[in-house]
Amino acid sequence: MIPGGAMAEARSIVEIRNVSKSYRRGSQIVPVLENITFDIAEGEFLALMGPSGSGKSTLLNLLAGIDSVDSGSILIGGLDITTLSETDLAAWRAVNVGFIFQFYNLIPVLTAFGNVELPLLLTRLSRKERHEHVEMALRSVGLSDRMDHYPNQLSGGQQQRVAIARAVVTDPVILVADEPTGDLDRVSAAEILELMSRLNKELGKTIIMVTHDARAAEKAHLIKQLDKGVFINVSS
Amino acid sequence: MNPLPDIPFSYNLRNLWTRRLTTGLTIGGMALVVFVFSAVLMLAEGLKKTLVATGSPENVVVIRKGSDSEIQSGVERLQASTIETQPEVAIGADGQPLVAKELVVVIVLPKRGTGKGSNVVIRGASAESLLLRPQIRLLEGRLPKPGSSEIMAGINIAKRFTGGGLGETLRFGMRSWTVVGIFDAGNTGFSSEIWGDVDQLMPAFRRQAYSSVIFRLRDPSEFEAVKKRIENDPRLSLEAMRETRYYEKQSEMMAKFLRILGISLTAIFSLGAIIGAMITMYAAVANRVSEIGTLRALGFHRRSILGAFLLESLLLGFFGGAIGLFFSAFLQFFTISTMNFQTFSELAFSFDLNFQIAYQAMGFALIMGFAGGLLPAVRASRLPIVDALRAA
Amino acid sequence: MFLLRLVFRNVFRHKLRTWLTVLGITIAILAFGLLRTVISAWYAGVEASSASRLVTRNAISIIFTLPLSYEERIRQTEGVRIVSGGNWFGGIYIDEKHFFANFAIEPKPFFALYPEIILPPEQEAAFIRDRKGFVAGRKLVEKYGWKLGDTVTLRGTIFPGQWDFVMRGIYKGRDKNVDETTFYFQWDYLNEKMKKTYPQRADQIGFFMIGVTRPDIASDVAARIDNEFRNSIAETLTETEKAFQMSWIAMSQAIVTAIQLVSFVVIVIIMAVMANTMAMTARERIGEYAIFKALGFGGGYIAALIFGESLIISMIGCAFGIAFTFPAARAFGDALSTFFPIFNVAPETIYMDIAAAAVIGTVAGVFPSWRSIRIRIADGLRRIG
Repeated sequence: MIPGGAMAEARSIVEIRNVSKSYRRGSQIVPVLENITFDIAEGEFLALMGPSGSGKSTLLNLLAGIDSVDSGSILIGGLDITTLSETDLAAWRAVNVGFIFQFYNLIPVLTAFGNVELPLLLTRLSRKERHEHVEMALRSVGLSDRMDHYPNQLSGGQQQRVAIARAVVTDPVILVADEPTGDLDRVSAAEILELMSRLNKELGKTIIMVTHDARAAEKAHLIKQLDKGVFINVSS
Repeated sequence: MNPLPDIPFSYNLRNLWTRRLTTGLTIGGMALVVFVFSAVLMLAEGLKKTLVATGSPENVVVIRKGSDSEIQSGVERLQASTIETQPEVAIGADGQPLVAKELVVVIVLPKRGTGKGSNVVIRGASAESLLLRPQIRLLEGRLPKPGSSEIMAGINIAKRFTGGGLGETLRFGMRSWTVVGIFDAGNTGFSSEIWGDVDQLMPAFRRQAYSSVIFRLRDPSEFEAVKKRIENDPRLSLEAMRETRYYEKQSEMMAKFLRILGISLTAIFSLGAIIGAMITMYAAVANRVSEIGTLRALGFHRRSILGAFLLESLLLGFFGGAIGLFFSAFLQFFTISTMNFQTFSELAFSFDLNFQIAYQAMGFALIMGFAGGLLPAVRASRLPIVDALRAA
Repeated sequence: MFLLRLVFRNVFRHKLRTWLTVLGITIAILAFGLLRTVISAWYAGVEASSASRLVTRNAISIIFTLPLSYEERIRQTEGVRIVSGGNWFGGIYIDEKHFFANFAIEPKPFFALYPEIILPPEQEAAFIRDRKGFVAGRKLVEKYGWKLGDTVTLRGTIFPGQWDFVMRGIYKGRDKNVDETTFYFQWDYLNEKMKKTYPQRADQIGFFMIGVTRPDIASDVAARIDNEFRNSIAETLTETEKAFQMSWIAMSQAIVTAIQLVSFVVIVIIMAVMANTMAMTARERIGEYAIFKALGFGGGYIAALIFGESLIISMIGCAFGIAFTFPAARAFGDALSTFFPIFNVAPETIYMDIAAAAVIGTVAGVFPSWRSIRIRIADGLRRIG
């Protein structure tokens, strides 16, 4: 647990300014986020919590660059991603964002190795360089011996670890996790959270996690609650 | 920025393998369509080859004006002599003009095996006839002796018709005729004919006139001149054309029929195959929605997704095409023996495969794959990332 | 009924996939129907021919003629009721592409022998009166827009020269399978001209059409006729009209067989693809069916849902396919009219279409039904979450 005081000195890696987002449901327009402004410091481990429909997943999607704002701006590492074209956004994501999903979202027809290699295919690295990075990533999650296994040959916990390896292999600026422990049993969940915590502490990775799970939230430094598109309180 | 699909090729192959049954059926459908397409093209090519090869551009066929084939035609002896004296006629090694006066009739012979009767062409020929058709080779036996009741049979007749084999006897025109030789004229119409001495056959069939006169041009470029002279002579009422053109005309109806039938069948079937591919690919997309979302989230472009699915569909087409083409190649072992509607005579031709047909067949297969996969691939690439991920 | 409503709702749930499947089945049925129609068109001549009429021709082959004098001798043969001589003229109208059959016939016995050729009596009389007259079938006349009294010229091929004819009648077929594209003119006209230009070819008949007194003695009469002319200059071969037509088809047997084979196999494949598609859909819904089971609906109910859905899809496809078969057949028939004067869609073909569609629908439903009946509720429910 890093005290709040030391946080204020780290620079903001994510700056959200007056962001609003609404969805169209049939003929109705449903507002999801209303004029949100806040910062996330570098090396932060933030948990976003709230009831369903509160907009936490939406916020996560906007941060990750897979959804677009109605108004406002989002600066990540100083770059306003809301001004990027779709093509540029894709290129930006490849290098700067690591994803961890509730259902792992591994490609079933690729081995663990192949899955972790995927983001690297979007870079200019040579084959040898890619292989080195993949091996390193898999080693850091402790799955070097399972490189050639297919997802259906791995347990839930192992699959999530592969997903994490994939998420860190490009050394991204931020890691976004959407209910990373949602589909895991207690033991595996604990392992995953421990892993994420380690990534944050040892490698200084900024993690933004959406979760329902109070135990998961405990691992984070900072918890923000959302309800009906606005933050309701801040606690640590 | 990499415009080509960065997604590994093995991804596409493995995805096809995962849904083996569906993939297999779709490929099977395409293979069959390509097989039919290729077969039709090969058949038309084989037909053309047989009939065109049957003639030589240096030979001229003269028949009665207005008749469409030798069988309908009649050339009087006097008219035939007139042709012999034309200056453009080549002179043979023996100093005689290279002119063959021939009789062509059709008789019915029973086929081996089924016993069903089918039309066969009998050609009354002379020594010049052989000189004019160098493609004819004696395979077995010997040439018939002039003035005798001996005949020789083309290899297709010997194989398919009772009484046509070496040493066998045929009875027509109230006489018995013995087959003393079998000849091969390659892939030409002559291979389905029986040849005998014209001076023996004419009385046997009670004919006083020849059917046609064929001669060799001493200089192929002189064709127009001699044609004009023959056709404008009021005493003659004959028409002349190059032998190649004559045989090409014989097949026009048959070729047209095969073409129309073949192309329309293929068109309909290909629609079915394309629909099959479309359904397969739509199902594939539907199955992999969350995967698509993941790939896009990771940073792969819309183009890469489009390319990946299109590639899978093209692979379906490719494999289908290759299999269809492979099996169609075996058709070359078969010969079709049927009746030419125009001349009422037996025509045997085979399937002919060449590079151009192979290209066309594979191209067709790929087009089917493309057509089937385009819309689903576009749909896949257009999926909004968030919605796709939600479908997990 | 709830079941039916549910089935319909399910069918139209996946609009795109459903319509694509329907389209696929439509095409399969259409292709199947067209191919069967092509084959029956091939045999049309046989269908229309009679087993109580005989055809006598030169035993050597059809291109050799018989002397006119044979006619009387045939008429005297026991069992013969009518004899009508004729020649295949083979004349060309405009050019080779405009092919239609044209014959020189002896009018009075001919029309008596062919009651299925219907000609108004005044036209028949006009035809007989005019030596240069001709009668043609309704379809042929419509195609070329000829009117009574028009002169039509044919270029002779076997009988050289330009031949003028005057239209005196239009005939209709009594049944649907009668060829209405034939051109008939007077044999006397042909013979007269031959006597003048090629006298050695005059008084020659190409074939005799013979009506017998009783159908069951047809083959005896045929044998009798051939016997009569054995060992003469022109031996004859007499067979029933049906046998005669069949012999022509036998010569192109190879193509007919090839078409039948191809159509069968291709259609089986398309059907398999469609069946698999529908099976795919059913497989995807196993979770839902588990819910039904949990709620208390029996296995039979679920099977009915599945079969109902696939049968409805295949029947809709079948209906479209049958509907499109008719205009398609017409277009096909027009394009190939020179080869197939008769191109009709037979009722049997429609029945077979329906049967085929029923098979697809049933086959598609079998596996998923069996699966979903046997699946345990818990396993099925897990598929949804």
